[in-house]
This record gives sequence, C-alpha cells and structure tokens, in this order.
Amino acid sequence: MARASNRLSRFNVTSLALGLAFLYLPIVILVIYSFNASRLVTVWGGWSLKWYSEFFNDGAMLDAASMSFRVAVTSATLATLLGTLAAVALSRGERFKGRTLFSGMLYAPLVMPEVITGLSLLLLFVAVNAERGFWTVTIAHTTLTMCFVAVVVQSRLGALDRSLEEAAMDLGCDPARAFLSVTLPLILPSIAAGWMLAFTLSLDDLVIASFTTGPGSATLPIRIYSEVRLGVKPEINAICTLIIALIAAVIVVASFASKLSREQGESAAPL
Amino acid sequence: MSEDAANIATVADSPKPEPQPAVATDMPLLRIDTVAKKFGAFRAVDKLSLDVRAGEFFALLGPSGCGKTTLLRMLAGFETPDEGRILLDGKDIAQVLPHERPVNMMFQNYALFPHLNVRDNIAFGLKRAGMPRSDIKTRVAEMVALVKLDGLEKRKPDQLSGGQKQRVALARSLARRPQVLLLDEPLAALDKKLRESTQLELMELQRRLGMTFIIVTHDQEEAMTMASRIGVMDAGRLQQVATPRELYEAPASRWIAEFVGEVNLFDGQVEPHESNRLTVATRDAGTIFTAEPRHPVAKATVCVAIRPEKIKLSRRGPASDAVNAHAINRLEGVVSDVSYLGGFTTYKVKLDSGAMLRSSMANTARLDVDAYSAGQRVTAWFTPDDCVVLEQ
Amino acid sequence: MSARRIFARPARRAAIAPYVWMALFFLVPFIFVVKISLSQTAIAQPPYLPVFDLTSGAGAIKAAFAALSLDNFRLLLSDDLYVFSYLRSLLVAVVSTSILLLIGYPIAYGMARLPARWQSVAMMLVIVPFWTSFLIRIYAWINILQHDGLLNQILLALHLVSTPVVWLSTDSAMYLGIVYSYLPFMILPLYATLAKIDPALLEAANDLGSSPRQAFWLVTFPLSLPGVGAGVLLCFIPIVGEFVIPDLLAGSDSLMIGQTLWLEFFTNKDWPVASAAAVVLLLLLLAPLLLYDRLQRRQLEAR
Repeated sequence: MARASNRLSRFNVTSLALGLAFLYLPIVILVIYSFNASRLVTVWGGWSLKWYSEFFNDGAMLDAASMSFRVAVTSATLATLLGTLAAVALSRGERFKGRTLFSGMLYAPLVMPEVITGLSLLLLFVAVNAERGFWTVTIAHTTLTMCFVAVVVQSRLGALDRSLEEAAMDLGCDPARAFLSVTLPLILPSIAAGWMLAFTLSLDDLVIASFTTGPGSATLPIRIYSEVRLGVKPEINAICTLIIALIAAVIVVASFASKLSREQGESAAPL
Repeated sequence: MSEDAANIATVADSPKPEPQPAVATDMPLLRIDTVAKKFGAFRAVDKLSLDVRAGEFFALLGPSGCGKTTLLRMLAGFETPDEGRILLDGKDIAQVLPHERPVNMMFQNYALFPHLNVRDNIAFGLKRAGMPRSDIKTRVAEMVALVKLDGLEKRKPDQLSGGQKQRVALARSLARRPQVLLLDEPLAALDKKLRESTQLELMELQRRLGMTFIIVTHDQEEAMTMASRIGVMDAGRLQQVATPRELYEAPASRWIAEFVGEVNLFDGQVEPHESNRLTVATRDAGTIFTAEPRHPVAKATVCVAIRPEKIKLSRRGPASDAVNAHAINRLEGVVSDVSYLGGFTTYKVKLDSGAMLRSSMANTARLDVDAYSAGQRVTAWFTPDDCVVLEQ
Repeated sequence: MSARRIFARPARRAAIAPYVWMALFFLVPFIFVVKISLSQTAIAQPPYLPVFDLTSGAGAIKAAFAALSLDNFRLLLSDDLYVFSYLRSLLVAVVSTSILLLIGYPIAYGMARLPARWQSVAMMLVIVPFWTSFLIRIYAWINILQHDGLLNQILLALHLVSTPVVWLSTDSAMYLGIVYSYLPFMILPLYATLAKIDPALLEAANDLGSSPRQAFWLVTFPLSLPGVGAGVLLCFIPIVGEFVIPDLLAGSDSLMIGQTLWLEFFTNKDWPVASAAAVVLLLLLLAPLLLYDRLQRRQLEAR
C-alpha cells in the first residue's frame, strides 16, 4: 500500500503526462507529415515515401549528410579519447598543478553560449591561416564534446569502488595494469555512452559548425537551416525523420549496452 | 614480478602445503618496528611495534578509528609508514608497492571484480604472477574445492549470495599463497548465524594451511573465537597483546577491562597488607580482599575489577568455611533488575552503599525455583582470586 | 604515500593530452577574441587591423600594440542597438528560465514520486528528446505554428478563431521554442535532487503535524534548492547567448545579442565589433558561469 506522504497525487500524474506530451507531440507530428503525399505540408494527401526519394536524389543534401556523419564519427572518437583521459586525471590524479584551470576549461564549454565558442575558434583558425572545412569543424566539435564525455566518465569513475583498484594492486597489478584490467572494463559502458552523446551533439550542432566550416563544406544542420529559413518543405520532414530514426537506433544500442552492464552488477546511466 | 612468480610456483609444487614450521630462531615472520602514520595532524598509528610469528592467527581488535585498519593497510602496502620498519621474513617492505609484496588482503566489502566470473576472479592474481596456464587451472580448482564453491565457477559476483562472495574473496586472496593473509573485517557483512559458522571454517582453514592470518575486527567475540593472540588497539597504540584468555582474565588496564566484556570496577586505596593478599579500601564496596597481583603495586590508588560471572548471589551468603571465611568478599544489597538471556541471567544489585553491581549466573537447571527477583535482598560474594587489581 | 597516490602519478600523466588540447582550442582562441575586440575593422583578409606578424620584428609588434584601442567597446555602449540586444537577451533568459522552472518542477516532482521501476523509464523519456536534434525540434514547431499549420487548423475547426492567427515570428513562439528545447535541462537536475530526498523525511514532517502542503514547502522545497540552482544556471546561461531559436521563431524587429553578434560577423563582416560583443557577453555571464562551475565541481568531486 502506498504511504500517505508518498502517494502519487492527481496533480503529479497530470503534470507528468502533460510534460511528456509537450515533449513528444511535435516530433510525432513531424514524423507523420514526412509520409504525407501532398506538397502542401498541412493538407493530408495519403501515405507516401516520395519525400524520402527526393532526399536521396538531392546531391547537395547528401553531401552535407555525409560531411556531418564523417565529422560526427571522427570528432566523437577523438572526444571520447581525450575526454576519458581528462576524466581519469580529474578523478584519480588527486591534486596537481593547474588542476583548477583544467577543470574550469572542461566545465565551461558545457554552458558557454555557442556563438562565443564558435567565434573564438574561427578567429583562431583565421589567425593561423587554416583551411576551413572538415578538419576545422572536427576540431571545434571535439573541443566541445570532449567536455561532455569527461563529465559522463568522471561521474562513473567517482562512483566506482576504489577498493577494486586496490584489490587489483594487491593481486599483483601495477597501477597501469590495474587500470586496464579492472577500471577500464568497468567504465566501458559510460565511455560508450560518452561516445554516443558526442556523436549526437556533433550531428546536431549548427552554430559552431557555421562559424568554423568553409565554403563548399556545409554540414547537414547548416543545409537544413538555410532551407528552413525559406519555409517548410516536406523533404526536410523526411530528412528530420531519418535523423530521428538514426538517433533512436543509437539510443536503443545505448540502453542495450547499459542493460548489459547492469547485468554485470553495474549501473550506467545513458547520460 | 618474476621472482614473485617463482615464489608462488615453488609453493605450488608441493600438492598439499605443509604447515610452515614454527621457526626456532627469535626472528618472527613479521616484525612491525616503531611504525608511525599521520593523516594531517591526526596520529592514526603512533610508534607501534608488534611481532607476529609464522602460523599465528592474530587479531587486531579496537574501536573504530583506533588505527587498526591503517595498520593493516600499511602491511598490504596501500599506505606507507611515515617512520619505522615493517620486516617480513627479515626484509623491510615498508616502501614496497602493494603489487610487489608477498602479502594478500581480503577486503571488507570483498572488492570482487564485477566484470569477472568466480573462476577469473580467483585466477586474477595468478595470471599477474605469470603462472603457466595449466598450473592456474589446477590451482583455481584446488581453491574452489577448498572454499566449497564447486559448480559456481561461471557465476558473476552479483549472482552470488553474501556468504558465497565471502568465499570467493577468500579463495582469491589465498590463491597466491601469500606469506601473510590480511583480513579486513571479513565477516562484517554476514548475518549472525552465517558469521559464526564461517568463523569456525576460517579457523579450520588456517590450521590446515598453516598460514599466517592477521585479521582486523571491532567484534571482540569474533576476535576471541578465532585468534590465537589478540592485539587491542586504541588511539594508534597497542594497549595489550595477549591470548584471549589473558585478555579477559588479566586485562592490563582499566580501559582494556572495560573494552573487553562486562566488568565491575571499584576504585580504592591499597592498605598495608599481609603476606599473600592485598586489601583495598573502596568507597562503594568496603574493604575488598584480593589475591597478590603478579606485579607489585606501585601506587596507592588502584582499581579492583571483577567480572560479573565471578560474582555469586545467595540469600544468606556462602556456606561458611572456617579456613577461608575471612577471605571471602561479601556485599549486601537489593536486586534491582533481572534480565533473563537464555543460557544465563544477569542481575543488577543495588548495594547498600548505593553503587550498582552486576552479576551473571548460568541457568543450569530448567526449572529454577531459586531464581531471584527484583526487590529481593541478597548477599553477593566473590573470592580474592576473582579480583584483578589495576593501576590507572 | 597512500594507495590513492600510487594511482595518482600515472593518472596525472593522462591530463597532458586533454590539457594541451583545451589550452590550444579553448584558451588561446579567447586571447584572440580579446585581441581582435581591441582592433580596427579593415577591408582585408583577415578583416581587421593591426595584424601581429611575429616575423616582422619587435618594432612592428610594438606599433601593433599601440594600435589597439577600446573604440569597439565605446561603440557597443553608445549604440542603442547593442544595449537593447543585451537587455533583451537578459530579459528573454529571465522570463524563459522562470517559465522553465514553473513547468519543470512539477514534472520532476511527479517523476520523483513514481514507483522506482517507472522512474528510470520516465527519465529515459525525458532524456530521449535531448538526444534528438535541437534544430529538428524547432523545425517541428514551425510545422505546427505556421499560417496553415496544425494549430491554426484545429483552432479554426473548433471555431475558436475565425481567421488564422499569426504565431510564427512572435515572441510567444520564441518562448515556446526555448521552453521546449531547454525543458530536459531543467528537469534532470531537479529530478536528481528530488529523487534523493528520503521519503521518511516527509513522513517525519507529517508525523510532527505538518500538512502535505506544509511538508512540501518546509522540507522538500528547501532540500531541492541545489537542483533548482543547477537547473536555472544550466538554462539561463546558454539562453542568453541563444541564436537559432529567436532567429527561426521570433520576429526580426528586436534581436537577441546572439543574433546581433551573428549579423555583425557574417553580414557586416565587422569582426572586431563582433568580438567586442562576445567579450561583453562573456563578462555578463561571468558570475553565473563561475557559480555553475562551482556547483559542477562540488557535485563531481564531493564523492
């Protein structure tokens, strides 16, 4: 029986239901309209896949999609590597010189307005005369997303029982070996979650990419943005649905991975 | 690392490990020599010295924060002493890193690797030592049989019960055949029944393997049951190192007497005494006759300690014995509280002086018509040999 | 030395690569922003003066230093366009953060009161939209809010309005978009603190004679304040610098500072003024940023 003080009130249920409806309805509507045969976005003309085929015949859009995908994979991988190293240093390095500056640099980009991050990186790239395109966007996204990875991995490392590492040392591991054979396997789910977070953030980013990319190498959000400014197009609905499907797939993999790790007696939040 | 491997391998060659012979030399297996460790301004371990002989089951007993865990962690290598030496087999290991010590530890929460199954947990330390694969297999099988985990080799730690986890942790730390096995509150997570049977199993195992065990515990019953010697720690120092019996019957100080078991304490002044006994004039219990203490009493102010079960109650006092009559201590009072605990009953007696006295008596008969009840007037008595005279 | 310190030495070495990376791509760029904010606009590549050329000798660098000035900042403060942009940004951030808190708190509270096995499902449901593209979610609203969009169709069908209402390019649409996009950022920290509150505390409050409503205001709410702080900062700071949502959903008559900065940079190609605008924006956000940094660090390192 529910305890009186902890009962779910009607108010609780209503606010939850309304909140979730608010979060999901627009997306559901968008997905439904992507299958609309009519050119007029709002008139229902029956089910159709024609906007999908339109997308797959749109060379510029496909180029942008491929650019975005390559940037996302590369930057997520770099960010996971650097972010994990940073998390290890912060949670296992105790006190060291420059630690405050280091953690400050890692937490600030999480909330820094993107226009500032984007602008500052562009000014750097211009100053060193770097050719803007794939690599500049990748570097910019790595810089942003490694901070997210660091936070995700650090919170897992912080929750890890330190006596596991001590037990490994007691049983003959030097610190590096203890990390590789005990710590790393245990934080792997959160490293994977970090990678997926970095991947979706990169795939999503418009502002920083707009600043740091060069002519002729637009990412998918940049292309979508310039189309959306001109008004609603059914083709955009189709592209958005595809992206949502991709991200949904990523989430399914992520929750599968976290379920797998929970079966090992570990809890790994997807975020 | 290779030396380590060789070490383990040689022990592995003998199928049944012989008990390490009690070495006749005066060098103990483990010598802790004026070891000190500070955390900030807090002295966790304060210039402590202790010898542990090979084959001993030694318990470090003390209240929480007394430094026993810090001492154990220094033996394992997780803390390094600020000063002093830790000699293992004559070699100073105070600065040796944990993974290079022939010492293993069983952790309080077991610290089983959650991503490895039982077999891989047990094999973990053997692989690190570079033991050949086939030897590892044999050793793991041997360990699994030793701790009776047959059939559970493929289970992950979270598929095990508390008692099974405890066995895996034990097997894992024993697998490397350490010269000393350290156990940090190994039974704290088990329920009472399981704890008691596991205590007996641990003792059995230690005797069979002839290994040296050092256990840290805050549970005096556990220490008394298992250990051959107990070191009682407080405030970073060893207060007394003794066998369980000595610790209980001949505590070295008032603090020990109060920490280990229940006790009645009476402060008083030593009076000029006859040849083979000491008389103490106490405020609360009058004059108490005690046996001559082993060490001559230097101070005039002392404290007399009597364990509750040494104090008998009677309605009239003990049957008078012409020879000893004058030597028996008698105190008059009223029973104020009775607690029936099954095997024995404890009584609180309010003495005529106003002080409280505790007595406990075994319930030897099922139907005790003679049981005392609250409000009854009684005589409490005990012999001089039942008293321990303590200087503060 | 302790076990932690045995581990610390190799762990510290792990800091080198990310440290160098962040210094190079986070810290150094800021120095560039500050330096360019002190420069003059020029029709050149790059479009500002002076340019520090380390190969041109000490004299030229000295001259370049002398050429730096605070002119751009003077311009920012004297031109109403910029002042209004900053004020509007702060206003929009305050209003939308308040709405977010008002909407987010009941949702987070509802989540925290669900049975345990439903809590993780609800959390997943809140996180999932955060993973889907931000731009797509704004676009989804354009679909609904446009002139012949779903919302107007429903309103017309219900005879609530006789002619389609203009929703797009209004402040209401912008607030809707901001609240929609940032809601998970508000809910998650709130939920995290609310879920940690021991239900026994509420029972104790009831037992000691407070009504459920009093128990909420006397126990639950004060204990959830750290979560409120985190949620508010996590929303407020990025909203001040927001660009995409006002650009797509609000009208173009008054701009937020993110839009002004973007315009200055891409359309007017006035890099020094854009940089100066960024520096001022950063100064405005310095206090909340430091506060957020402290909260983050306390949360991550308290364990």
